Amino acid sequence: MVLKAFFPTCCASADSGLLVGRWVPEQSSAVVLAVVHFPFIPLQVKELLAQVHQAGRVELAVLGTWCHRRQGAEESLGHFLEGLGTIFSHEPWLQLCREPGSKLWSCKATRRQVPPRRGAPYEDQVMLVFYDQRKVLLSQLHPPAALPDRQAGDAAPSAGGLAAVFDTVARSEALFRSDRFDDGPVRLSHWQSEGVEASILVELAKRASGPVCVLLTCLLSLVSAASACRLFKLWPLSLVWSKLSVCEQLRHRLEQLTLIFSTQKAENPTQLMRKANVLVSVLLDVALGLALLSWLRGKDRIGPLAEALVPVADHVAEELQHLLQWLMGAPAGLKMNRALDQVLGRFFLYHLHLWISYIHLMSPFIERILWHVGLSACLGLTVALSILSDIIALLTFHIYCFYVYGARLYCLKICGLSSLWRLFRGKKWNVLRQRVDSCSYDLDQLFIGTLLFTILVFLLPTTALYYLVFTLLRLLVVAVQGLMHLLVDLINSLPLYSLGLRLCRPYRLAAGVKFRVLEHEAGRPLRLLMQVPGWDPLGCA
Amino acid sequence: MEDERSFSDICGGRLALQRRYYSPSCREFCLSCPRLSLRSLTAVTCAVWLAAYGLFTLCENSMILSAAIFITLLGLLGYLHFVKIDQETLLIIDSLGIQMTSSYASGKESTTFIEMGKVKDVVINEAIYMQKVIYYLCILLEDPVEPHGISQVVPVFQVSTEQLSKVFSPKKICYLSPFSAFLLLLRFSRNVNSSCQDYLRTPDSYF
Repeated sequence: MVLKAFFPTCCASADSGLLVGRWVPEQSSAVVLAVVHFPFIPLQVKELLAQVHQAGRVELAVLGTWCHRRQGAEESLGHFLEGLGTIFSHEPWLQLCREPGSKLWSCKATRRQVPPRRGAPYEDQVMLVFYDQRKVLLSQLHPPAALPDRQAGDAAPSAGGLAAVFDTVARSEALFRSDRFDDGPVRLSHWQSEGVEASILVELAKRASGPVCVLLTCLLSLVSAASACRLFKLWPLSLVWSKLSVCEQLRHRLEQLTLIFSTQKAENPTQLMRKANVLVSVLLDVALGLALLSWLRGKDRIGPLAEALVPVADHVAEELQHLLQWLMGAPAGLKMNRALDQVLGRFFLYHLHLWISYIHLMSPFIERILWHVGLSACLGLTVALSILSDIIALLTFHIYCFYVYGARLYCLKICGLSSLWRLFRGKKWNVLRQRVDSCSYDLDQLFIGTLLFTILVFLLPTTALYYLVFTLLRLLVVAVQGLMHLLVDLINSLPLYSLGLRLCRPYRLAAGVKFRVLEHEAGRPLRLLMQVPGWDPLGCA
Repeated sequence: MEDERSFSDICGGRLALQRRYYSPSCREFCLSCPRLSLRSLTAVTCAVWLAAYGLFTLCENSMILSAAIFITLLGLLGYLHFVKIDQETLLIIDSLGIQMTSSYASGKESTTFIEMGKVKDVVINEAIYMQKVIYYLCILLEDPVEPHGISQVVPVFQVSTEQLSKVFSPKKICYLSPFSAFLLLLRFSRNVNSSCQDYLRTPDSYF
């Protein structure tokens, strides 16, 4: 196999020194993590590597030498570097060299202990793959941490292919903590050697988050304990809670807050991403809710809204009355059964009349209710939308009742029709065998059955029309409610943090790698650049 | 080292295959598809605009004409950015993997990299397309759950297949032997890495 040397792009201009990294024998690849510069004491280098091994459970070693000849070549450096191979023994020993002022590199990998085969070279063929350490570290394309049921002393699970490279870089974070301004015993070059990357706000937030999380977790556990109280499980209350969508949304919000403020640290990048998404969704929701609240209070819009609500309900009831009058006449030129038509029409009209009186009874309280609804927007726009959806459901309760009556009548009629149709043909439904069997009926049974069947058939158009009209109305109301629930679900589940990452730091969302072949000359080793492209749905980047 | 061969399919469009040899462990194959022809572009634009003008004479609404212009522009941009592939490249790096790049007419490049450990086999599939048989090259990927199963079949040179299959007709087979030899030589056995090296060390006189 060709020997692959993964070299960080930040070290390409570093001074000569030792190459430190990890050797993966299964893929025959050497992942170089940093360059140790002169002067150094070999014992201290070995101590540093042991420290990183303990911190990240990744076996690092000195892989070879790096020679960057500046102007005014030092010949002695070459001999000195070759002598280092005896102090730090490693199979194979890499020797990378860069000519001054040119883009060409030379690589050699020598093995000492391989028994000489006929015609086989002592040197392996080397392929250089450059990688951006920062992007590889932050892209998190390595496999998740060890499973919880493993013991702490077990060796880290080995990853296959390129995941091994990413895993190595991620585990060696301890190596990247020192920069060139530190006065450590060993001088390193890596992606943070110009200064460790950190943000004051992030560090402060990390310090403050501990006690805040503990406090909020206690509060939230109190709230959830109170809501799980036995009192709320009594029959009428439990039915009401299950029907109202605002309770569902509040429960969901409680779950989200518990997830965000849990004192347990996120174990892998997926969980961290989920937490971050939930936090950003909650923040956006609350911000939109507060915006709605300020808009409602701004020009004192609650009063006019409440005053407009009752006339609207009246208008809807009037339209329904007109509709029923139309059905009771000859709707769309169809001929209805007069008596049944009148009965159903009057029944629904009476129901509507009851409803209008109920609305008028409620009208003084509407403003107060709306004021409290506006207050609930502090918890988030989703809660306000759920309350609005519930209010619409309550206001159109009469349409729901009409639909239920029409559907029940229609269902009964269809059942009766199908059973009597079977009787008409001399068949019967066998409940035991779940199939249609033939049956011999008496003459009087047949007579009455046929009579009833005829009656039901001729009454079918009337019932079917009422059913159709009220089902369509109900569908309209359900569509409006559905739209609102869709909006609520959208705000709840849109991964805004991931979308933000895509705009600002696309390499965090990488799904694969991309290779590019760099300038090549015959006789020199092949040089590739490994890029971590961001997730790009439109192909614009 | 570069080598270029050009083929012509039955419809007269030019297909060019370019091979680049970077090192004993790395090769690249580039297939260029025929460009967007001015004739078809003019025909489509004229058809859309004539239809729009016909609607305009019926409805007397000038919005139809502006809408037709917008539709033509957006359609052309969408076609160039999402549909029209100019060049397909296959980069084979020994013991790292296979990278397939498609470059679109608008400059967009979409890349897929498959690690060598995931490649189970490379095969030539036969398929019946309308009234003819076409051949295309695919890579079989291993299933992590089932060791003997295949998780995915990835065709290589997706868009060029239609043109390549025209190249594969029996009449043109005499022009094809280098190309079909190339395809057959790409056939890896189960032990991918060693036969990859065998292939990559094949002397160029084969071609």
